[in-house]
Amino acid sequence: MAERKCTLSVLVENTPGALARIAGLFSGRGFNIDSLCVAETLDPTLSHLTLVTRGDDQIIEQIIKQLRRLIDVYKVVDVTEEGDYVEREMALIKVRAEKENREEIMRICEIFRCKIVDVSPKTYIVEVTGDQNKLQAVIDLLKPMGIKEIVRTGTIAMKREKKTA
Amino acid sequence: MGKVMTGARMIVEALKREGVEVIFGYPGGAVIDIYDEIYKTEGIHHVLVRHEQGAAHAADGFARSTGRVGVALVTSGPGATNTVTGIATAYMDSIPIVVLTGQVPTKLIGNDAFQEVDTTGITRPITKHNFLVKKIEDLPRILKAAFYIAKTGRPGPVVVDLPKDVQQAKGEFDYPEEIHLRSYNPVYEPHMRQIERAYQLLEKAERPVFLLGGGVISSDAAPEVLELAERLNLPVTMTLMGLGGFPGDHHQSLGMLGMHGTYYANMAVANCDVLLAVGARFDDRVTGRVDAFAPMAKIIHIDIDPTSIQKNVKVDVPIVGDCKRSLQRLLEVVKEVGQPKKYWQERFKDWWEQIEIWRKRYPLIYKYDPNVIKPQFMIEKLYEMTKGEAIIATEVGQNQMWAAQFYKFKKPRTLITSGGLGTMGFGFPASIGAQMGNPGKLVIDIAGDGSIQMKIQEMATAMQERLPIKVIILNNGYLGMVRQWQELFYERRYSQVSMAVQPDFVKLAESYGAFGMRITKPEEVEPVLKKILEMNTLCVLDVIIAPEEGVFPMVPAGKATTEMILV
Repeated sequence: MAERKCTLSVLVENTPGALARIAGLFSGRGFNIDSLCVAETLDPTLSHLTLVTRGDDQIIEQIIKQLRRLIDVYKVVDVTEEGDYVEREMALIKVRAEKENREEIMRICEIFRCKIVDVSPKTYIVEVTGDQNKLQAVIDLLKPMGIKEIVRTGTIAMKREKKTA
Repeated sequence: MGKVMTGARMIVEALKREGVEVIFGYPGGAVIDIYDEIYKTEGIHHVLVRHEQGAAHAADGFARSTGRVGVALVTSGPGATNTVTGIATAYMDSIPIVVLTGQVPTKLIGNDAFQEVDTTGITRPITKHNFLVKKIEDLPRILKAAFYIAKTGRPGPVVVDLPKDVQQAKGEFDYPEEIHLRSYNPVYEPHMRQIERAYQLLEKAERPVFLLGGGVISSDAAPEVLELAERLNLPVTMTLMGLGGFPGDHHQSLGMLGMHGTYYANMAVANCDVLLAVGARFDDRVTGRVDAFAPMAKIIHIDIDPTSIQKNVKVDVPIVGDCKRSLQRLLEVVKEVGQPKKYWQERFKDWWEQIEIWRKRYPLIYKYDPNVIKPQFMIEKLYEMTKGEAIIATEVGQNQMWAAQFYKFKKPRTLITSGGLGTMGFGFPASIGAQMGNPGKLVIDIAGDGSIQMKIQEMATAMQERLPIKVIILNNGYLGMVRQWQELFYERRYSQVSMAVQPDFVKLAESYGAFGMRITKPEEVEPVLKKILEMNTLCVLDVIIAPEEGVFPMVPAGKATTEMILV
């Protein structure tokens, strides 16, 4: 069976150990985590977790069922399965910005609607937000200038509402 | 407003509210406050084990044999880590136990304090859920949740870690009558559409098999199983955990399937066209090579745990629900459609003829030897003399498989065995739990000379409680199951399986004040069994058996279940 990427949106009780339980489930059963993003929700007793994993349909079904089986897990949605969704990731990229390429970096930032959030005599920090393809494109373009450091948030995702009533 | 009391008192009060009358434990510094409350409390009997692993197994044996939640109480650090094997055993077999562990005071947690371990961290992957209680206000609700989680849905062990300062703190005891957990809602009621689809498959089947797993026992579905099997004339086979779910002496029983299952059970499953599996999880010991398992069958799978469905085998009609309720709904459909009994008799006549041919070709047999006791003979005699009505605990290995094959369990909750984890040393402490939960009933531990030595110190516990358990050691001087594998698959290289030095089990029993006896000849079996079955004390029977007797049939690991090695 073909492997596919799968983005899961998971609501869990905001209790100590809940995240460890989820991480342990993945390592214990040999599932992959490509990225993981956790934060509070409007309801402070629940945390929201976006988890990107991969596997064939049977493995993804198992991952979802095993997550639902955890007592602390309130809700699991396979965002990728449910159709139209928005996916975003942010990266901070510290790039070498010498005299000869400062202009070029700013042009790239303009095209990709990135922000320069820190300027030093020899570097910029570029903030870029978008889906994984966009991030990859920016990284590829900045690489020749000399990327000194890069930090990514991991993916967050949200289902789109239906466009018709 | 609840009464103000200490955390330690709350724990004892909560146990009372949950109807707990017996707990198994071992005191220590981090639980001394709870033990002080137990000292002052009437109505909760504490069984003092000799090692904390024994407490967890005893709580487990209590739960398996009674259907109620078993409780263990141990101290922090080594007390908690010693229960780990017991907790994992209960987890693999979905047994409801609550393990209360002491913990160092909250302000010392994380400091590598004396007798500190990260108990919730260690037990996370082997519990259904666990809790660390950090505030006295949370204690009543957590205790309620622990029992609720342990016994509902797919049952399992729950650990509650109790820091010493929480036990000593005072708070209001508001014990909830009921609890609702928004993130935990097990589904009991099956989807009717799926039940109807299951019925349609059965009605059109030509070669059906009814497969029972441990879920039949834990949901008390044996009456429904019997009714459905008899009405529909279905051949019934059971996993190790399902034994007792259908009477083993019933003519429709094919016995156990899988690695050491009967020839006819494995052949029936391999050739069936509809497999109705209830409360089983298609473990590798049951399926053998998965692609050769029931290759022609449409599979109907009823289980309360959705993760069990579609995990190991592809299922055609998945039904998530309580086994008992699902079978009740299925029976309703059977009655509503109202096919007469004759329909099913006629329909499966040819199928039964085929099964009887298999049954006659390779029945479950062994070669009797007048000079040495065959373990199968021993268990057959035990079955006859107890009329199949005893509660049988087993250890793990050959003793366990012979017991499963030759003791035809008639009722649910009479086989107490570690199926999933395969824990040597389980049987004897589990039989202590079973005897505590079933005073007056005959409780027997079928052991091997290897397994019994793993928890032999619990003889003291049994004697202290005056429990008349009968321990039958099938003594072949070997770690027999490993030896059998070495014989069959490793050219008889018997690496580290000889138990050349053993204690004198008879004298050892006597040193604990129990009755001990050794037998070596087949003619001794009946009179000696008769004698010890009537004795009202712990009896240890050292049965010297044929040393290289094997368990057969046997499906080599990874082979198809039709590729059996027969006797």
